[in-house]
This record gives sequence, structure tokens and C-alpha cells, in this order.
Amino acid sequence: MTDIGNLARHSAREIAEKVRRRELSALEVARFFLERIQRLDPRVKAFLRVFPKEAEGAAKKIDEKVSRGEPVGRLAGVPVAIKDNILVEGTETTCASKILEGFVAPYDASVVQKLKQEDAILIGKTNLDEFAMGSSTENSAYFPTRNPWDLRRVPGGSSGGSAAAVACRMAPLALGSDTGGSIRQPAALCGVVGLKPTYGAVSRYGLIAFASSLDQIGPLANDVADLALLFRVIGGHDPKDSTSLAGAPADEELTRLKPQISGLRIGLPREYFTTDLDREVAQAVERAAKNMEKLGARLSQVSLPHTRYAVSTYYLIAPSEASANLARFDGIRYGPSLLKNGKDTASLSLETLYEENRGRGFGPEVKRRIMLGTYALSSGYYQAYYGQAQKARTLIRQDFEAVFQNVDLLLTPTAPTAAFLFGEKTSNPLQMYLSDALTIPANLAGLCGLSLPCGKTGAGAPIGLQLLGPPLQELRLLQAAFAYQESFSWEPCPLS
Amino acid sequence: MILAKPGYLPTIGLEVHIQLATRSKLFCSCSAKVFGEPPNSSICPVCTGQPGALPVLNAGAVELALRAALALQCQVHPTSVFARKNYFYPDLPKNYQISQYESPLAEKGLWEIPGSPTKKIRITRLHLEEDAGKLLHTVGREALEYSLVDFNRSGIPLIEIVSEPDLTGAEEAFRYLTALKSAMQYLEVSRCDMEKGELRCDVNLSVSESSSRLGTKVEIKNLNSFRSVKDAIQHEIERQSQMLRTGARILQETRLWNAQGGLTESMRSKEEAHDYRYFPDPDLPPLQLNPKKIEEVRSSLPELPASRKNRLQTEYLLSEPEAQVLTLTKPLADFFERGAQHLKAPAPKAPDHSTLVRDFSNSLVNELLGKLHAENLEIESSPVGPEFLAALILLRTERNLPQKIIKDILEAAFQKKEKALLQEDPATARKTAEAWIQNVGIISDSNSLTPLIRQALFENHQAAEDFRAGKEQALSALVGSVMKKTSGKANPQQVNQLLREALGKK
Repeated sequence: MTDIGNLARHSAREIAEKVRRRELSALEVARFFLERIQRLDPRVKAFLRVFPKEAEGAAKKIDEKVSRGEPVGRLAGVPVAIKDNILVEGTETTCASKILEGFVAPYDASVVQKLKQEDAILIGKTNLDEFAMGSSTENSAYFPTRNPWDLRRVPGGSSGGSAAAVACRMAPLALGSDTGGSIRQPAALCGVVGLKPTYGAVSRYGLIAFASSLDQIGPLANDVADLALLFRVIGGHDPKDSTSLAGAPADEELTRLKPQISGLRIGLPREYFTTDLDREVAQAVERAAKNMEKLGARLSQVSLPHTRYAVSTYYLIAPSEASANLARFDGIRYGPSLLKNGKDTASLSLETLYEENRGRGFGPEVKRRIMLGTYALSSGYYQAYYGQAQKARTLIRQDFEAVFQNVDLLLTPTAPTAAFLFGEKTSNPLQMYLSDALTIPANLAGLCGLSLPCGKTGAGAPIGLQLLGPPLQELRLLQAAFAYQESFSWEPCPLS
Repeated sequence: MILAKPGYLPTIGLEVHIQLATRSKLFCSCSAKVFGEPPNSSICPVCTGQPGALPVLNAGAVELALRAALALQCQVHPTSVFARKNYFYPDLPKNYQISQYESPLAEKGLWEIPGSPTKKIRITRLHLEEDAGKLLHTVGREALEYSLVDFNRSGIPLIEIVSEPDLTGAEEAFRYLTALKSAMQYLEVSRCDMEKGELRCDVNLSVSESSSRLGTKVEIKNLNSFRSVKDAIQHEIERQSQMLRTGARILQETRLWNAQGGLTESMRSKEEAHDYRYFPDPDLPPLQLNPKKIEEVRSSLPELPASRKNRLQTEYLLSEPEAQVLTLTKPLADFFERGAQHLKAPAPKAPDHSTLVRDFSNSLVNELLGKLHAENLEIESSPVGPEFLAALILLRTERNLPQKIIKDILEAAFQKKEKALLQEDPATARKTAEAWIQNVGIISDSNSLTPLIRQALFENHQAAEDFRAGKEQALSALVGSVMKKTSGKANPQQVNQLLREALGKK
């Protein structure tokens, strides 16, 4: 029998395998992680909601299936934490916003359906920056999540809850979403691995949209092979999402991932290694590059000349789309509303109703971006802002297309700094926006990218490196990351 | 009717919204047949704008829109783009409408409206968009303190057809709309039932003092019948002309038609107009139509009403008004042509084809349509098929039966509604018609008629004497009297003959 205390060190693959072989019961697994959440989360605050009853119920059903000798899914008995902007039918989904407080999802997101089909256990919903707008989870309307490595520091964002939960093993796997780095940046800051799939590789149906042309759901895990497994489960074409790409991900190769880096041409884009970069971060990534060279990769310096336009391009396109996406939150069909407060609504004008509901429901960062986007789309300004941003986006995409003629992957730091202190950047939104400067271009170009740990600062904060690949080259990306991971010893988060 | 005074030139363009006759909505699989259904009974996460829900385009709607665009001789764009039109209103669940803006499905069409002379109206654009829901302010007759929203209509597929300002008056606009509606029905693009909201129209109108400069444009909304379009245009031309006459300035604004008051009322000025902040919808990739598909649809377009009317006139020797009526709807024209092709009377006493066709057309328009109308039925649900009606016409002519027999048989047929009446095989239809003629009971044997003739002569002895004295027209009173006694079930020619015999004149 497996030592239950050791479960925190198990990979998701091992857990599923042992449940399948009846060496572990899914119920034991569920209870272990629920207990761990109960013990650790009061300090970390990664979860907005935990589902003990539902998780145990689902675990029992899996155990019954196993004992009847029926086949079970790829994620049999594996707890998965879900970012709270992804719908799970019958449970509250808030996007960490007051405007959706009490909103019960009427259907399952496509990725959640797939998790259920593979017998995963949905263990809880994780915290985020309100509507995924932010890089520290400090914009959550409920509470900030803390970095399990150092509780005085932020976990990154916006998928900070998912990254923190995986880092201190409150769940072996988690789902996040990445619009400008929201999976990769918190993965880097929390010392875990996170993948932003190619735009269209994972269905967005049931992901509450922030910026539809940039949003992608992706996995977070403690090792690259687990990351590949979860990507395999959630990926593939979905007829409910018109931007979803045809073709299923490579099944066998992703389920049984093999390390492969030798012979790969890896480019180091000059524009990503600037003086703005924290010295320790730069050094760690350069060390990692040397390491990859030793493993047989061929390194070269490359240039992506339009990188400097990425942040401003992003902060026109994303808020523009958000201003329309978030218009539906008006308190008329769902969410808190003056209409439900028993107020004398007859005397209320429609404008007042909208203003009150939205004025109270949205936090300051969300309002800032709605206003930015509304302005950028306004008649007379559209061409100068949104129109120009679309042109810049094309140039950024062409940069990558050109560079991928000569290299297979790109290697960069994931974030300019390691985890920062609470409040360090909240007073300066622009400073906060720059923490995504290295991750944003991949979203603008629709590439796949991942972040994985490559070292720590002197103060012990994790540092992440980013690998970027051409569209739909997740397998190449994951195999290279796997090879690097195997060459590098990584001590997991000490919090217990 | 008040016309614009000479020198005041009205310029009119129409924006017509037409509901496509698809089974499901534009971006989800909810049923699009929602008229009369209970509120919020055809809804889902997509058409109620639930968080996370995404649109998926209905290919059937694209095909219908394409058919409409090609029939209006538009240039169809191989790539068109869906855009979000942003505004807040409780009947719009996402608070944006998915429409098309910078790159519509089709542009630059031409639509010829019949009449003498015919007139060509340029079509600016044709695009696809989704409908909004409906606000209810009353339940039954009771006014509510609040409003309710019914999302059944939300996501219903529409096309918007925008014309160039080529129309010059109310009558012309009316003809444009009538022809457009008929064409859309022919194409099976839409049923165009205005009462069900399947066709809606906004008017853009200006009146100018000189032909070289256009006047200020006013938009008129809330037009829910062709009649109100006509009335509103007439009223607005008069209002603007009057203002110009007195030197007043016309404001660019949107006005609502008040049908009860018979006038337009200001709704919002140009300054209050929405900034819709259109931008391409990132949830929907650009709509690509390959040229082969476009050509396929083009070659499968059915004959349109104007050309069908011309063809019926030449092929069946119908008068223009007759052909006009018969081509009003496609099912009616189909009924006519199906019946007409069986109207070849057997020799030797064959009357000429065009007489039979005229008979058939008259019975169809005057008798059958009248019956259908009285029972609130469409020609598609007529209990009598074209083959049966054609057989009746033939038999009546061959056997010299009274005209009234058609009416009587239709009367009985509408009550019985037998399946045999819809028989498509001409021989079977003829047998059925023979049996029905038998049943209606034509009085043709002299034994039954003789007593009635005697009685008529007795009652109208003055007429009888007049006739004997050589007054030929006195006979018709006698024939009428006999016919009355048979309740019209005798053959008047036979009665005529028998009367002459009885009066000793052959």
C-alpha cells in the first residue's frame, strides 16, 4: 500500500495509475487533498470555494467503477482545481468579482466536461484577479492569494490561486487562463509549470471572456509530463467554439511524454533580455540556456523588432474586447442587482439601474479597462487606437513567423522579476502592466508558450523561464521542457 | 393625397429587416419558430448571453441570405466579417448585437420594381444579423409596474437590406416593399409575415429644395405595416415641405410614426444618437464563401415573380391583372400552373385551351381563394388540389354543367376535406371529380324537369305569352324561374331547350 502522507509528492500520473490498479482509492486521494486544503489554505488563500461533498461523491463513484472492473479515465481520481472564471454547472462562478456574486453556472465549460469524462475530481474554484485582469491576484474582489514560498509576496496573476494551489500541493493539477501571461507569470512566481496553448487549441466555451481573441485555457502542474497529460485531456476541437482549431492533440506522445531537446534550434530574442530585467532573473535564464546547450540544443541570438509595441498594443486590444465582453454584466439576468434588493424599482431609470449595478459590481481595475476599451473603440478614435493596434499586432505576429523560419523554439525569462511584495505595484498600474511584457507577445501572435522553474533568487523566490513555440507545436515545447526539467534538480515548495 | 409641391423633391431610402426562414437561430440550435410560443421557451446559454457562452454560425441562414443577395443582383463578398454593435438595452442580452458592419455579406445590388414604367432601385448592402428579445410592459390587459423580457426572439436570424435613396414617393416605396416581400417568399428566404415581425422597415427621408443638393435626412421608425410606411412617408414629405416653405430648419433626427395620430414624433436628435463602437467580433472567424458555392446557389435560384408574371401572360394568354394576381405568392402560382397543364380537353368537342385556362383561373381566384380566405387558410393548406379543380373545370365544360356546380362542390369539399381531393394523378382526380358531380346531384333528366317547367309557365303566364308573341328576352325570366326551383342544379341550356319545346318553339 502507498504511504498516504507521501501523496503530496505524487504526480497526477502516479495517482491515476494507482487508483486504476486499486493501490489507492479515489476517496483516499480526495480526502488527503481536502485535508491539505483545510490545513494550508487559511494561510495561502488560493481557493474561493472548495467542494468537499461533491469531490468525495465523485471519488466514490470512481472507486465503484474500478471495483466493477470498468475502464476509468486518464485522470482517474486526480483532484483538479479550477480557476473561478471557468463554469462548473450548478456551482457559483464569480470571476472574483462582486458583480457575479451568487451566480450559479447553468452549464459546464467544455474543458470541465472533458475533465469529468476522464474521471478527474473537481476539488474547488481558485482565486484570480477580478475577470483575470491583473498580475498579482491583488485585484480579487474577495481577498488576495499569497505566494506559498513566501506569504508576504504575491503569487502572480491572474491565475494566482491555481498556481499557488499547485505549488503547495493542495491539488496536483489546476486549470488557469492566459490572456497576456496569466498562466505563465504566476507559474513562474510560484515555481510550477504552466502552459498557454496555441490560440484555438483548447475550447473557450464556458470560460468567462476577458479578451476573446487572446484568452486561452491552459494547465498548471508540478512537472512537465503532468502538464502534457492535462493538456491532452482538455485540448482538441470543440464545435461550440468557432475559434477552436481542427485536429486533436497527439494522443500517445502527450500521454507518455518523452524528453527531446537534442538538435533543437533555440533562439534567444535580444529584445527580451534588456536592462529592465532583474539581474538574478537574467542570470538564471542564461544558466538555463547554457544547460540546454549542454543537452544538445543549438542556441542563437534572434531579434523580434516589434516587441516594444506589444504592451501598448495589448492594452488597446484587450480592453476594447473586454468593454464589449463585460457589457452583459448589468444585473438584469444574473448577479446582484438593485432589482433584487426590494428597492422601489419603478422609480429607477434604466440608466440608473445600469450605473448602480455596474458601479457597485466592478472593481477599479476592471472599470479602468472598460473605460480604456470604450474610448479606444469610440467613433473618431477607432482608427487611431484599435485600428493601429491591429496593425501592430500583425507586425508582432510577422516577427515570430520570420524568426520561426530559423529556430524551433524561443527561450526567454517568463517575468522581469521574481515574486514581488503585496502593494509593491498596486499604486502604479503601468508598472504592474509591465510584469506581463514578456508574456503578452505570445498571446498577440497566437503562439504556444510555457513557463517552468529554472532557479531561485537569493531570497529563495522561484524564477521561471519561458519557452515559446510556433502555433500547434505544443509537443515540441513540452518535450524540450521535459528534457530540461530532467537535467535540473528542483526542490518543491517547503510549505506544509 | 398631398404631394410635395413642385420644387420640393423627396428622396427616400428604406432599411428592411427580414427574418430568415431557418429552423434554428443564427448562433445556437434553439428553434426559430417562436411566434405564439410561451415566453422564454426557446432559449439557451448562447441566446440569453450567459457568461462563457459562444456563438456558432448557422450555415442555413448564410445560404438563405446568399440567395436573397443574389436575387437582388448584389456583389457577394467572398469574405465578410461579423461585428459587435454595442448598446445597452434589457432586450439585448449581451448588450451588443452581432451584426455585420465594415464588411457585409453583399453590396451594390439592383432591384427592379414592376409597374409602368418599371423602376430600378439600387441596393446599398445586405447583411446578416441577430434579432433582439422583446420587452413586455403588460400581461393580458394589465399594465405592469415593471417590464418583463422574453428572449425567444433573441438570436433569430435576420437580413437587413438597405436601399440607396432612389425612391421618390410613398407609392413607389409601397411597390418596392411589395415586390421585395413577394420575391423573398418566392425564394423561400422568408415568410415575411409582418404580423409576426418577420418583416420590418425603417425609412430614411429628406426633402430638398433643389435637385443639386439633398435635404436633411430624417429616419422614421415604428412602421409595422406597409400601410404605415406609406402613410408615414406621405405625412413626413408634407411636414418637411411645409417647414421648408416657412423657412424653418429641418433637424437631423429619428422620428417615430404614430399610426393613431397619423403623424411622426421626434424620438432622438443626431446629438443623442448612439456611438455603437462597432468592431469585429473576435468570437467568430470571418465568413468565407467559396465562389463555387456562390455559383451553385445562383444557379438554383427559382424564377422570380416579375418574370413569372410575364411568362404566364405569354404562355397561358392571361391578362396582365390575371397574371399579377396569380403570381402574388409562389404557392398560388404553382397551384395554377399545376392545374393548367391538365386542361387539355379530349376531342372532338374540345374548347380551346385558353378558355379552359381562363375558367380555371377564375374558379381558382374567385371561388377557391374566397373559400380559403373565409376559413383563414393559405393555398398550401387547401383541401382541394389543382388536379381536382382542373378535372372539375374540364367535366363542367364537356358536359355543359352549370357554373354553380364548382361553388357547390367546393362548399362540400371544404366540409369533408377528403384525401382524394388532393390526388395528384389526373386520371384519379377525374374519377373523384365525376363522383363528386354525381353526389352534388345535377338535375338533367327531363322527367324531373318537366313538372318544374310546367309550374314555371303557370306562374309566369305573362312571360310565356310575351315569348310566344315573339319577345325573345322574355325567355330568360322563365329560365331563371326554373333554375330557382332547382336551386341552380339544372343546366340552364337544357332548361332553355325544354322551355322552347314546351312553348312550341324550337
